[in-house]
Amino acid sequence: MGTWVMAGVTFREAARKKVLWMALIAGAGFLALFATGVHFQVRDLHVPNEAIRRQVLNSTLMMGLYAADLLTVLMTILIAADTLAGEITSGTIHAIATKPLTRRQILLGKWLGFAGMLTVYIAFMLGGVAVLGYLLSGATVQHLWQGLGLVWLESILLLNVALLCGTSFSTLATGVTVLGLHGVAFLGGWIEQIGAVTHSQGAVNVGIVASILMPSESLWRRAAFEMQSPLMGVVNLSPFGTTSAPSTMMVVYAVVYLLVALVLALRNFRLRDL
Amino acid sequence: MNSSPVSQASSRPNLAIETRILRKTFGSKVAVRRLTLEVPRGEVFGFLGPNGAGKSTSIKMLLGLITPTRGEAFVLGSRAGDVSVRRKIGFLPEHFRFYDWLTAAELLDVHGRLYGMPRPRLRGRIPELLNEVGLWPHREKRLRDFSKGMLQRLGLAQALLNEPDLIFLDEPTSGLDPAGRKLVRDTIKLQRDRGATVFLNSHLLSEVEITCDRVAFIKHGEVLETRRLGTLLEGEVTVTMRARNVSPEAQAALAHRVSSLQVTGDHLTFYVPSGDDLPAIVRFLVSQNVDVYEFTPQRLSLEDLFLKIVGKDGGL
Repeated sequence: MGTWVMAGVTFREAARKKVLWMALIAGAGFLALFATGVHFQVRDLHVPNEAIRRQVLNSTLMMGLYAADLLTVLMTILIAADTLAGEITSGTIHAIATKPLTRRQILLGKWLGFAGMLTVYIAFMLGGVAVLGYLLSGATVQHLWQGLGLVWLESILLLNVALLCGTSFSTLATGVTVLGLHGVAFLGGWIEQIGAVTHSQGAVNVGIVASILMPSESLWRRAAFEMQSPLMGVVNLSPFGTTSAPSTMMVVYAVVYLLVALVLALRNFRLRDL
Repeated sequence: MNSSPVSQASSRPNLAIETRILRKTFGSKVAVRRLTLEVPRGEVFGFLGPNGAGKSTSIKMLLGLITPTRGEAFVLGSRAGDVSVRRKIGFLPEHFRFYDWLTAAELLDVHGRLYGMPRPRLRGRIPELLNEVGLWPHREKRLRDFSKGMLQRLGLAQALLNEPDLIFLDEPTSGLDPAGRKLVRDTIKLQRDRGATVFLNSHLLSEVEITCDRVAFIKHGEVLETRRLGTLLEGEVTVTMRARNVSPEAQAALAHRVSSLQVTGDHLTFYVPSGDDLPAIVRFLVSQNVDVYEFTPQRLSLEDLFLKIVGKDGGL
């Protein structure tokens, strides 16, 4: 019961503080811009070959998904960094943690609230890009559900790491740490991609090490691999697709990583003096 | 972490609070040295001490917010921090803070649901409490528009929401005007009348003097003394007098009859254990040919007692 009350409060907080609405309004602006871009591209694109035309439009679609994913990452870090650290600093947590509910219920309640909110956001943003791309250009997202699922896992992973950091660090330190870790993963992902194109095993290895350290970007790259057209991965027309898809083992590793982060966050929060 | 053998329940169910050699350290800093305390059920108990004496840390250990380094603490017969016993506990933190986007009524609703209170009971309880603390006209106002005093009143309401058996009030009059302070006093009396135990941490000794049955004086995380207030304050008397011609023999004899005699020129101050002793002291002074110009007995205030026990340095 306490878990659901906390989940409801967390979700309502985002709505009342206008975080969710502003994110959705900004997201609507993003989708409008994307739609406008696609409209003009469809109107003005003159290529002799239909296959090339389809690839260009698919590339635009992947660019939209890529940008939506980036916004999802930032949104996750921004909303999750303050939740525990901020309430511990302000003392708000005292009135909650003295109620008849365990620390685990408090943290899981918050997790559920944020997870619900991120689900809505991802569905709106990436779903919106997929739908608009199809309606305006006829470009389709391959394996949409797998792709959305992987992006969802990516944001949950970042959420869990932010909650873990929030049990020990201040709001600012939490945000900086999670953003820094994702930055490492992001850069590692690009190094790995370039390494795959240039056949540099060393660069690929650097990317793999970065992914082990923080597998968030790997989940996006796997999602991109699932969602892009089969030809795109082969001809590598766009930087928004992927040529070096992380393996299923890496996805499993990321799932284990996010679960371990959540378990550690629960443990730290249970043992922490408030 | 607690290194002593762990028992989950107290063997003394008549006590609302029981601590045994409770200790808390943060790194090398000792916040609470060895707190041993017993608070019977139904008592209004004052927890007094200077800044940094370990009062807030002690309360947090009793509420399960902080894990003791050593020792044991029991609340309402269960180990401190036990989740189920929190159903019977109310707590007003020193600086009550909560989500400022909630309205007053919503805040009580959230807290009521965290207590697991059924909806029909909450529907009756919320207006009742908002009326009690004078916030009914502001029930739809958001907390961000509340003054500090209004927030404190609302904090008091949430502490009483579940009709708790034990209420921790940490500086409840902080930020309150005289009307607010009277509200706190009246609320404490009401809670005592219905049989609840109140654990009060306050710097306002005049409030404590009016409301508490018993007080503990704490310094450096240790209880220096526990006193019952009514009898103590009726008994002990401070006397200030102005007199001349006090021979060294008379002064020495007086020092035997009273305590803490201090002589500065013509002025003498001392304590006597009871007002009943005063006539005998006056007769003695006259018999010693002391010229008495002023003789002013004063009942010992809690502030005097505090300074006497804790010391004027406040433990800093």
